[in-house]
Amino acid sequence: MEAPCDPLAHGPDPDDRRAWMGLLARAPATRLLDLWQVMALCPARVWLRAPEIGAVMLRGRMGAVGASFNLGELTVTRCALRLEETGAVGHALVSGRDVAKAEVAALVDALMQTEVAAGLREGLLAPLQAEENAARTARAARAAATRVEFFTLARGED
Amino acid sequence: MYVAVKGGERAIAAAHSWLGEARRGDPEVAELSVSQIREQLALSVARVMAEGSLYDPDLAALAIKQARGDLVEAVFLIRAYRTTLPRLGYSRPLETARMACMRRISATFKEAPGGQVLGPTFDYTHRLLDFRLAAAAQAGLDAGPLARDSVARHEDDAPVRTPHIAAFLDAEGLLQAEPIAPPDAPAPPDLTREPMQLPPGRALRLQALARGDEGFLLGLAYSTQRGYGRTHAFVGELRVGSVPVEVDIPKLGFAVEVGEVELTECEAVNQFTGSRTAPPQFTRGYGLTLGHNERKAISMSLVDRALRHEELGEDDAAAPAQDAEFVLMHADNIQASGFLEHIKLPHYVDFQAELELGRTLRAEARGGDAAHEAVPGETGS
Repeated sequence: MEAPCDPLAHGPDPDDRRAWMGLLARAPATRLLDLWQVMALCPARVWLRAPEIGAVMLRGRMGAVGASFNLGELTVTRCALRLEETGAVGHALVSGRDVAKAEVAALVDALMQTEVAAGLREGLLAPLQAEENAARTARAARAAATRVEFFTLARGED
Repeated sequence: MYVAVKGGERAIAAAHSWLGEARRGDPEVAELSVSQIREQLALSVARVMAEGSLYDPDLAALAIKQARGDLVEAVFLIRAYRTTLPRLGYSRPLETARMACMRRISATFKEAPGGQVLGPTFDYTHRLLDFRLAAAAQAGLDAGPLARDSVARHEDDAPVRTPHIAAFLDAEGLLQAEPIAPPDAPAPPDLTREPMQLPPGRALRLQALARGDEGFLLGLAYSTQRGYGRTHAFVGELRVGSVPVEVDIPKLGFAVEVGEVELTECEAVNQFTGSRTAPPQFTRGYGLTLGHNERKAISMSLVDRALRHEELGEDDAAAPAQDAEFVLMHADNIQASGFLEHIKLPHYVDFQAELELGRTLRAEARGGDAAHEAVPGETGS
């Protein structure tokens, strides 16, 4: 297959990258690590920022739409690395305190900017997306099954 | 004044060793795992996350286990842990309109656009003890055949953006408008970084309420319903579900989703006859909490509304829930229990001084007879 352009020359499409970074961050850690194992990729990498556990302050909006306020914090893990072979840089900022998950997310982010991107998309991102969609649909269906119609009753006092 | 004491190390070590055994309970009974607590005591976990002000279900479950189920003690553990975490950033304001709702109800509109979704609720249960839960190996109770059938019939219902009910009233001008912050608005104050400024603005009030003690806020909210600063609230909307969290990554120049958090949001709609500064309209109170905390979110929305009396030009009824300093300085159960529980720690020198004073005054009252009464246990600190 001929690539339309060299991804390294132009960098990944930001929307595309946002999508895979989000998908990796939302993925259950065990599932992500399992799929990563199956991919059997072990690229050499150097840390630009070793994994670090910290917190992000979550902000809400007054009345859901108004000015922001600080709601409370969320634990997150972040890291950044560079692949030795291609020089591609991968970032991860994922909720929770799972360092292995953050590392795999950063590795996948970097590798998605290399020639193995298509394989990763098929073997790792596609299954994660499909499973996420299925889980969301199942949850929405579960909620929809509790959708209720209320009726008000005239009491006939008049 | 508090004077430190020393000594007692062996007794303290023995007490903590016993605490470990007491935490474990009868060794004949299987030990709880953290994941069991996270999954099966999820509402305790939610409360500890909300009041601990840190979203991390695994940590909250661990804290509950360590605290033997004492939720305020668990909140204390989470608060202590969170101080060790570097602040790596701030989320974009959470868009609760994007919530994947597992529950969404309105007490004001029966035909709420988007529908009334009960979700997993205690509402309409009979509050009768279910002894089947006490019997072991009752697997499959949670999803009976009826539930599974109805799920199958609804598989076409794709997750959609659920509009806020307040927006419909808002469109008619009947609801107090929510001021929209300009894009260059300064960052909201953060009481985890700076001491609380009084009088507090609404952003600071909401932060304090969001991490405040559920019981305290429930009592205050109830007091407004009973007439102390009455605001006659309806639950315009209550929703529970997961919301994506987006954080800007400066190096990349865009925001990424770092995960999803479960939130509970309550929008209270209140009767309002108008005042010198505001036309007759419905007014709003807002509650938002980490995790599934309905009672807390509703309480928060009522207390938020009560605290807005000044901006609405309402009379100050001198009700406790209208007093921002009173509410905010007493809502935090870690501050409160810290100060309250410290009085059980040794105060021997303190009390000795009081004792001496008491005796002197009594002696003087008896007419200058300075003779001491013999009191048992009167030795040193």
